[in-house]
Amino acid sequence: MATQEWPLWEVFIRSKQGLNHKHVGSLRASDATMAIDNARDVYTRRSEGISIWVVESNYVHANDPADADSFFEPSDTKIYRHPTFYEVHEDIKHM
Amino acid sequence: MKNEALFRYLLRLGDDSLILGQRLAEWCGHGPILEEDIAMTNISLDLIGQAMNILDYAGVIEDKGRDCDKLGLLRLEKEYTNVLLVEQLNGDFGDTLMRQFLFDAFRKPLYERLVHSTDKQLAAIADKSLKETRYHLKHSSEWVIRLGDGTEESHSRIQNSLDNLWRYADELFYSDAVDSELTASGILPDLSGIRAEWDSTINVVFQQATLEIPANNWKFGGGRLGRHSEYFGHLLSELQYMQRAYPNMKW
Repeated sequence: MATQEWPLWEVFIRSKQGLNHKHVGSLRASDATMAIDNARDVYTRRSEGISIWVVESNYVHANDPADADSFFEPSDTKIYRHPTFYEVHEDIKHM
Repeated sequence: MKNEALFRYLLRLGDDSLILGQRLAEWCGHGPILEEDIAMTNISLDLIGQAMNILDYAGVIEDKGRDCDKLGLLRLEKEYTNVLLVEQLNGDFGDTLMRQFLFDAFRKPLYERLVHSTDKQLAAIADKSLKETRYHLKHSSEWVIRLGDGTEESHSRIQNSLDNLWRYADELFYSDAVDSELTASGILPDLSGIRAEWDSTINVVFQQATLEIPANNWKFGGGRLGRHSEYFGHLLSELQYMQRAYPNMKW
């Protein structure tokens, strides 16, 4: 039966104008149109969004979790990459 | 009563929404997949919401102190004037979707015209409902196309749904003195183009779905006059149970 299952889709919702689409979950659907309709019904019924993207999960490529140490830890000790050494002018708000 | 024809028209409109909403609610927890379970209950709630607006307004026109709960949940079987199509059993998923498609393809052009009613309240209700109905029609069309043009089994089953439901479609276009009186007084805009638009919608979708309209043109009617199928009493007993058992209860 496994071969008969519909493909899995990742769902991204933009909650309002100016914000990014954010990953909210996944669902199964026969094709892209149905995936968007399903996403509308499952993920926006409480006014969560104004735009929907779906991507077939097959096309999402991820890093290997086994490489996490070499991928991410080296940056933990490089605080100079954060722009915290600048004086911000007092008139500039919300930085 | 302020306007008997308008009261009766609103009951017909509201009862169609209420009874189809109740039928779709029966799918809650039984959908073939989680996504469709939610989609059908969303549509059910849209329809029940429309029914509340329409029946509340019918109560205002009737002017006897009845609201949507009283009108929706406490009338007798013969006082409901929905078309027979909407009370038909859910059957399988294809039966439900075909029933929905035949209805949505009618409701959309109807609301598109009712937004031009000279009755401001009716026009406002139609405007709000139209947005929902456009999505309902998209949803049911997509499914009819996929089931019709799907596997051999899905094709033969949804063709069978169409064969069984076709006889109830004609009643959607029923009209009598209620309609002509409201058209004459200007409350109802010209509704004559709806049938042609419905024909064109279903022909386009059925062509994509590779479905054939049945040659048998036997037609059923009577719902608009309060004559219902044998399924209706059972539907009402579930719909009305709470208000009958606990009169005046509020949720």
